[in-house]
Amino acid sequence: MNTFSKYSLLLSMLVCAASNVTQAADWLQFRGPGGTGVAPDSGLPARLSESEIAWKAPLPGRGISSPLVIGDRLYVTASSGPEQDRLHVMCLRASDGGKVWERQFWATGRTMTHVKISVATSTPCSDGQRIYAAFSSNDVVCLDLDGGLIWMRGLTRDYPNASNSLGMASSPVVVGETLVFPVESESESFAIGINTHDGSNRWKIGRPKQSNWTSPVAVEGGVVLLSGGAVSVVEPLTGKEKWTYGGGSSMSSVVYAEGALYVPAKGTTALRLPAGEGEPVVLWQNNQALCATVSPVVHKGRLYTLNNAGILKCTSAKDGEKVWQLRTTGPYSSTPVASGNYLYLVNEKGLVQTVDTTATEGAVVSSLDLQDTFIGTPSIGPKALYLRSDKYLYRLGGAAAK
Amino acid sequence: MQIRPSLTAILLCVTSYCCAQDAEIAAIHKVGPEALNNREAGEAAGILARGGADQLPRLLLAMNPANELAANYLRSAVDTIVDRTLAAKGRMPVSEMRAFLLDTANHPRARRLAYEILVRVTPEAAAELLPGFANDPSVELRFDAVELLIAAANTLKEARETEGAAKAYQKALDAARDQKQIYTITGELRSLGVIVDLPRHFGFLTHWKAIGPFDNLNLAGFETVYPPEKELELTREYDGKSGRVKWMDISTNEEYGMVDLNPALGELKEVTGYATAEFHSPVAGPAELRLGCKNGWKVWFNSQFIFGRDEYHRGARIDQYRLPVNLKKGSNRILLKVCQNGEVKEWTKEWEFQLRVCDATGTAILATDRPPSVSAEPKLKTKTKAPASGK
Repeated sequence: MNTFSKYSLLLSMLVCAASNVTQAADWLQFRGPGGTGVAPDSGLPARLSESEIAWKAPLPGRGISSPLVIGDRLYVTASSGPEQDRLHVMCLRASDGGKVWERQFWATGRTMTHVKISVATSTPCSDGQRIYAAFSSNDVVCLDLDGGLIWMRGLTRDYPNASNSLGMASSPVVVGETLVFPVESESESFAIGINTHDGSNRWKIGRPKQSNWTSPVAVEGGVVLLSGGAVSVVEPLTGKEKWTYGGGSSMSSVVYAEGALYVPAKGTTALRLPAGEGEPVVLWQNNQALCATVSPVVHKGRLYTLNNAGILKCTSAKDGEKVWQLRTTGPYSSTPVASGNYLYLVNEKGLVQTVDTTATEGAVVSSLDLQDTFIGTPSIGPKALYLRSDKYLYRLGGAAAK
Repeated sequence: MQIRPSLTAILLCVTSYCCAQDAEIAAIHKVGPEALNNREAGEAAGILARGGADQLPRLLLAMNPANELAANYLRSAVDTIVDRTLAAKGRMPVSEMRAFLLDTANHPRARRLAYEILVRVTPEAAAELLPGFANDPSVELRFDAVELLIAAANTLKEARETEGAAKAYQKALDAARDQKQIYTITGELRSLGVIVDLPRHFGFLTHWKAIGPFDNLNLAGFETVYPPEKELELTREYDGKSGRVKWMDISTNEEYGMVDLNPALGELKEVTGYATAEFHSPVAGPAELRLGCKNGWKVWFNSQFIFGRDEYHRGARIDQYRLPVNLKKGSNRILLKVCQNGEVKEWTKEWEFQLRVCDATGTAILATDRPPSVSAEPKLKTKTKAPASGK
């Protein structure tokens, strides 16, 4: 190999490597890094007020999916039309909310949902190179970051009873070159591993015939699948089950953080995962650390659970002992996110509350009323909190960037 | 030296591009189940997306024979070309797309896409074009046209021109296929004293024969083949869950054609019932059975199994399931199996279905021997509310 070829190869490798590297501040899936809902040091303001509303961008349709943050761009899904069968994927500038591009697709599966959710309920995910957007119609589209379609699947076309008349809500997760997507319902129920390159099946495994709206989470060597009856870990490349543990949830998702898996079962059950073969070990259970619709959050050694009425409970992540509880203003459907010493809670009526987790009993330190309906979970970017309603995407924080 | 490309060279380039386009379109048309030919289709969509705006009519036409997935691949190319062209203030093939839109033989979704592109180029085109779509095969074009008719009727109502408003609302109802629009218009018409026969407008089948209960303990009845699935002898009796059962006449005058099995077969849990109706079609050809049902169900049409679903009490709505069938002119037989589960909560008591026969736009196909509605003003269910969105 001559010198020129060597340099060319090196350059190509560097370009490829660079394109595969995502920034630490990116929010690439439901609940961001590792599905934890935590951005350790995003620079978010502790106190939110109207002056922190950087912008409010109109959306082309309904949705409760969370936006993704990749560099200086946001990616969000929506659905529209009299039959809610028009599926949108949009890219906006993080700086001013301006639209970069928008692509539309026609749903190939059923679009009936409960009125509270919508066809755009699943949060897309990304490996930093592509966007994988899933919808309640079980349509999955893979786009490059500039909106070019790479592939599309219509999973209800392929598996006609895969649907739920209340709507599907699980968000996919990408692990290596496999997109893991639970498609679980009372009728045709399965989880599927999709080749990220062309959308083909790597694997498809049967799952309990139950409604299930939880989202998978990647852990070392596997992907956690949760249903109403059990939590399991499967190999992402093969779908082979490594272990299963009885007890689960059909709405709240697990969180894997600080070395343990926290399962919304029997209140909360903390599991230590097996290093290789073997079964998980129960670290503790606390039936008072109850999750209702929202998922638990683990941050700085503490586990936070929030019921629909607004009681926020703080529990030691190490031993499950109660630390404090705080009444906030509900009702909630969205899961809190955390950054720095603060939790950010968004209730269904648009009240954004900031909780100082270092206060002895926890304390709400700011409340911002956006007077809109929020069901979906917010996302965090550098100095910014992103929230979406059926009509708008909001950026809170970094208002000076306008 | 000045380089002048020859006409032949230009033609060759154009021809080769069109041929290439043919190859890309063909690759997209081959996309199929379980990611079949996905990779080729994705690459082809990428190539097509780099084409010029003059290719748009060709891509829209290619949607006519495309399956739902292929149409989406083509759409992604169309959207990309349109965005790029409009951003560059380039020329759009407006007259060709307009001709495509106005030809109702083209695919309804592709026509709607052409309409939206035209309106992006010339926003005032909406006001000119929309009124002509009140009876359009495109559900969305029709929807927008009906919105205009409703707005016109509202104006007359506000001006207290009652007779004119009633006629205008009736015109809107005749065109309307969307459930929410129908709900709105019906309310207005009734407030003006006009009788609306909703079961007839939708084409709900209101008269059935039913038999049951058979067992559905532990949901096993869904897959159990009971006698009505083996023979449809409407004079026979069979062993049911708790004694002999026989076919009986049932009918409904519920607002949206809901047939309640509880009064006829007993308010029971873990049971299975069957309902059948003969549909005398005025025409032969493709049609849809549209079912709403929150129980487990199976449907047979002219003795052929069509589809079944074992989901219980997750909600129901008009047109929840769209089942394509081919009507014979004259007699057609519909058989429906409806399974009830064992849940005991109040909201799991319902054991019912609503079924209509219509075309792809939702226009009712009425049986030649359709009985008159049980009542000119069908009964409103106490909990009847505006239909939810979604198909």
